[in-house]
Amino acid sequence: MNETVTSQSRLERILTSGRLAVTSECGPPRGSDPSAVREKGRLIKDHVDAVNVTDNQTAMTRMCSLAACIHLKQEGIEPVLQMVTRDRNRVALQSDILGAASFDIPNMLCLSGDHQSFGDCAQGQNVHDLDSMQLVQTACHMRDQGKFLGGADIKRPPALFVGAAANPFADPFEIRIPRLAKKIACGAQFIQTQCIYNIDKFKAWMHRAVDRGLTERAFIMAGMTPMKSVGMAKYMKTKVPGMDVPDAIIKRLSGVEKKKQAQEGIDICVEHILELSEVPGVAGFHIMAIEWEEKVPEIVERAKLFPRPAIDE
Amino acid sequence: MIIARKKPIEEILSDIAPYDRILILGCNECVTVCEAGGKKEVEVLASALSLYHLNRRDKKTFGEMTLERQCDREYLEEIRPVQDDWDAVLSLACGVGVQFTAETFPKLPLLPGVDTICLGANEDRGLWTERCQACGSCVLAKTAGICPVSRCAKRLLNGPCGGSANGKCELGADTNCAWQLIVDRLKALDRMADYETVAPIKDWSTDRAGGPRTVTREGIQI
Ligand code: SF4
Repeated sequence: MNETVTSQSRLERILTSGRLAVTSECGPPRGSDPSAVREKGRLIKDHVDAVNVTDNQTAMTRMCSLAACIHLKQEGIEPVLQMVTRDRNRVALQSDILGAASFDIPNMLCLSGDHQSFGDCAQGQNVHDLDSMQLVQTACHMRDQGKFLGGADIKRPPALFVGAAANPFADPFEIRIPRLAKKIACGAQFIQTQCIYNIDKFKAWMHRAVDRGLTERAFIMAGMTPMKSVGMAKYMKTKVPGMDVPDAIIKRLSGVEKKKQAQEGIDICVEHILELSEVPGVAGFHIMAIEWEEKVPEIVERAKLFPRPAIDE
Repeated sequence: MIIARKKPIEEILSDIAPYDRILILGCNECVTVCEAGGKKEVEVLASALSLYHLNRRDKKTFGEMTLERQCDREYLEEIRPVQDDWDAVLSLACGVGVQFTAETFPKLPLLPGVDTICLGANEDRGLWTERCQACGSCVLAKTAGICPVSRCAKRLLNGPCGGSANGKCELGADTNCAWQLIVDRLKALDRMADYETVAPIKDWSTDRAGGPRTVTREGIQI
């Protein structure tokens, strides 16, 4: 792995040092009160290296990701700015990258974003001027060449640690590894995966990524979401495209009484992290406890990922 | 061809309300093939509207005419001798035909009788589906002959997104995932390695974004 870092990112430093990194996620509120963001951040601050801030997730209009990142940063938490290509063209994307860099937000994650029909503006236009890979390329171009897409020089180019998402379980199956390779070829330095429940299938995917040398070129962080109930597990299995929830998980959750299912979900998550910590190529964990942030510390501690390493500035 | 769909009758009734003598104008091209605005549809609409207004004792009259093409001045000239007989024209042509007719007869009110949907093909009996968005710079050589601009809901040039499942788009079971189709065809053509070529950032200035588009061909201009 390339030892030189491209940003002031603590996440980048921890990954580069070879230690397992931990990130989590914070969805901005549907309103302008910053306390919701700050409160979520405080809950997990000491247990993670950085916090992803989603960008109008599921196409529901929310406080903008960049503003929420700034609130976290002011709390002393390192943000990962998520950016989707659905809502902004290349003018706005480049402009927001510079805006983020002006606050020294060091990480960004490039995504295409859920289709707007899932959200509260189903009649709106979508933009998709760039796609997620081209956004990765754009961010790297701005950082490495110090230039805009239009060719002009950028004064103080953005120092960024650039990531992308990967879903080891989505269709078409045969391009899962080629697609990952393509994102890394575009410049993605870290990858956060879709929530993993099918451990065997994930290991097989990881194995192929290692074989192709992809883990030498980018850090792969395994996505983890604890199940709150058997209902959630069934919903994820049947209703969420690209999600692979094995029957064994559903069986295990249904095997315990309702009020203990949440704890069982946490237990499964912890066991999965412990198991995947041993898998070659896994560089860290992205724990997405959606509206359940208070559980992140317990998961991190029990999964032997605590305390988080200190990084010298 | 251009695919169109009949407008809801309530919308047509409201649009024609201010006029007494209305010429329903069909087109023999695309809208005839997709059964939205040809001679047959002109006849059906004319009788439906006549009957409706007769029952209400409105004194509206409806004429019927179908041109070879409404996107060609030569054929539009057929209207000139009768233009004063009508208060308005309800055109069942695509948006191009409606506008070209309007441009040719500046004093004649023009109303659209169909919604123009897309550039598509007749996929099955009674089923027309989109295939092209006229982006002005064709990428099909790079995408195994399947267009991600028109057939992927996010027009991803380096797809698919994470929502593709069982061959279907995240939009739902009615929509095929364009990128599944592309991958299937790359496989059939034994060209899977091509998938890893990154499609560069597209120049959308040839698309709608660049403003109204024009094609000039010097050799045949007069
Ligand atoms: S599922 Fe396929 S067609 Fe639908 S938006 Fe994603 S890549 Fe495009």
